[in-house]
Amino acid sequence: MKEVDIVIIGGGPAGLAAAVSAYDAGVRSILILERDKELGGILNQCIHNGFGLHTFKEELTGPEYAQRFADQVRERSIAYKLNTMVLEISRDKVVTAMNREDGLFDIQAKAVVLAMGCRERSRGALNIPGFRPAGVYSAGTAQQLVNIEGYMPGREVVILGSGDIGLIMARRMTLEGAKVKAVAELMPYSGGLKRNIVQCLDDFGIPLLLSHTVVDIHGKERVTGVTIAEVDGNLKPIPGTEAFYSCDTLLLSCGLLPENELSRAMGVEMNRATNGPVVNESLETSVSGVFAAGNVLHVHDLVDYVSEEAGAAGRAAAEYVRSGGEHSGGHEIPVATEGGPRYTVPCTIGPQKVGETLTLRFRVGSVMKDRFVSVYLDDERVTRRKRQVMAPGEMEEVKLTRTMFDKHPDLQRITVKVEEA
Amino acid sequence: METRHLTCICCPIGCQLEVKMENGEVISVTGNNCPRGAAYGRKEVTDPTRIVTSSVRVSGSVTGAKAVSCKTAGDIPKGKIFDAIRDIADVIVPAPVHIGDVVKANVADTGVDMVATKEVI
Repeated sequence: MKEVDIVIIGGGPAGLAAAVSAYDAGVRSILILERDKELGGILNQCIHNGFGLHTFKEELTGPEYAQRFADQVRERSIAYKLNTMVLEISRDKVVTAMNREDGLFDIQAKAVVLAMGCRERSRGALNIPGFRPAGVYSAGTAQQLVNIEGYMPGREVVILGSGDIGLIMARRMTLEGAKVKAVAELMPYSGGLKRNIVQCLDDFGIPLLLSHTVVDIHGKERVTGVTIAEVDGNLKPIPGTEAFYSCDTLLLSCGLLPENELSRAMGVEMNRATNGPVVNESLETSVSGVFAAGNVLHVHDLVDYVSEEAGAAGRAAAEYVRSGGEHSGGHEIPVATEGGPRYTVPCTIGPQKVGETLTLRFRVGSVMKDRFVSVYLDDERVTRRKRQVMAPGEMEEVKLTRTMFDKHPDLQRITVKVEEA
Repeated sequence: METRHLTCICCPIGCQLEVKMENGEVISVTGNNCPRGAAYGRKEVTDPTRIVTSSVRVSGSVTGAKAVSCKTAGDIPKGKIFDAIRDIADVIVPAPVHIGDVVKANVADTGVDMVATKEVI
């Protein structure tokens, strides 16, 4: 069987960054497996700008950002296979994959980085009643059709959900001549970035209906319209508020789900809040030598953070290979949360394994104003930062350092708290 | 005196800006966390501009690519967005195309070029 030190599942932003950092940490035997026909993942269809402000200090479009990392992979002559579908990963890290050139093949990996990304929540998962006419697309599918294939999926559009892809597509469809009648959002706040509300909706006079949802889809062969109703505090439609919107297309932008079929099948322990693997400070899953980063781990708002996180996973995988896995697992403390965070990544921290710095990322469950984000090691507050506004659509982060942990040799508890100002 | 409330679009933080104006002149911008925000606040109330991204058709790609993504190389006036999109509607560029190649010079008479943002071979 072919043997490779690090196999990376997915050639999107996470997989590319993990490969580059693992290489730069000294590993030469690396293989990226990508199911699409090119590297770059979802960035290839995200043709809008706004990527890379943190990483490259300039605003790039998605394809440009992807190209920067793909170039780094090629400069290092890191191996990759395109059009290749990974079918299974065993607990002892045999990766089974297939493509047209090699057929079905197995690779024995010393370490694996899971970087499969996420997919969109579909109509079936939303339980919207009505017929099954043509014209109902996920926002990302519409994005693929317009930006890659060059087709317009419709002329009169309603968008359900105000995730960033939905907002971006509201603008894109408008620019291409469609009439976007409304964006309906179930929650009382948008799931997208504020800048996208301004430059994708407000710029074009597209109404954002907060606390509204689609309660019926009309049309038998093709969508002819949707019924939108206001919802109450329990997110239930309020009778009498229904309004009909004539349209031929309904786009769904209702959240992203990490794509963890491979992880689950190999028995990786999952986090119910993120739908991603439970990971420690090294971004290592419950299976020794299997690491995770990017949207497969938890859905990010910015690709810059995906690259940063995946870089850390790549370095951890390289260290695992170098040391033969001797530091894997061990004593780990679960990260507790109070006052708002729905989860943290990592979920557990082995204090003795923390490097120079450690980034903790999390999201809050509701919009919060004038709070402090603090981290406590036992009863000592080691960091505290003011946050004017936090929203579920935006990821939060706190940085911890090796020095903080060195002062607590008998550490028992790690707590991330959101506190009133 | 007139006060305008804006959301900054320079970065994902989305600062809430307050721009104070008198006789069409900006007196102050507050609420921003960086100099880019102040500049945006000033510009947005006097001469709003945007980067425009889109795609144009490609011919002769060996990979079968049908379109190549593109952007304005700099900001163009907000009022010219649709003119720019109309101006590239019939553009077909022959492959290969490289990042930064001009797909439409001086798009919609803005003095700004529309450039490719993807490698297509």
